[in-house]
Amino acid sequence: MQPVFTTVATVLIALLAVPFGLAAYRMIRGPGYADRFVALDMLTAIAIVFSALIALATGRSAFLDIGLVIALINFVSTCAFAAFLERKGGGQ
Amino acid sequence: MIQAVASLFLLAVGMTFIYIAAIGVARLPDVFQRMHAATKTGGIGTTSLLLGVLLADGTVRPVTGLLTIGFTLLTLSVASQLLSRAAYMSGATVHGLEGRDALAGVLDREKAPLEERSRVEEDGGEPLKSA
Repeated sequence: MQPVFTTVATVLIALLAVPFGLAAYRMIRGPGYADRFVALDMLTAIAIVFSALIALATGRSAFLDIGLVIALINFVSTCAFAAFLERKGGGQ
Repeated sequence: MIQAVASLFLLAVGMTFIYIAAIGVARLPDVFQRMHAATKTGGIGTTSLLLGVLLADGTVRPVTGLLTIGFTLLTLSVASQLLSRAAYMSGATVHGLEGRDALAGVLDREKAPLEERSRVEEDGGEPLKSA
């Protein structure tokens, strides 16, 4: 069973390049700051999936810890960017 | 055997959702619609792909993956709510809004998006209103 999943995980890692590229296109192109923050959210979600798939392909569960840390950092950074946008735009 | 089939199914479902989310992020016309695609679909895709990885074999520790899934599901909605509220207040363009703006008197909203206002300041026009 193990070699099958190694192959599947490798193929899925290769297939993830397309969503990664589309999100990066939105990050580079995005007309506004908010678009770039949304793209960053998407890119970190893809990074979590990358690390989980690498854990499956190599059999080392340490890569799952990397995914957990990326999820933690993603929440904090999104909150910080939202506070930045709100302070720049709030009319109080 | 059943476990392997379920794992492959979950991996395929998660991959499909991530592809749909990426196409939505690239093609939808508006910040809020892009955020709808990115957070909702990306959250489901990440969750099912992680579940598929956890079901795949025994060498992967399940606790870390389950923690990641729980944390993602808890924080993704909060973060997207915060970000969309901030985007609305900073005056991001809303595409296809018909009739009355339901949030008009509830939240303060700038007239133009942030990048246009900062461009005005760079050109030496009227200065940015201080926050």
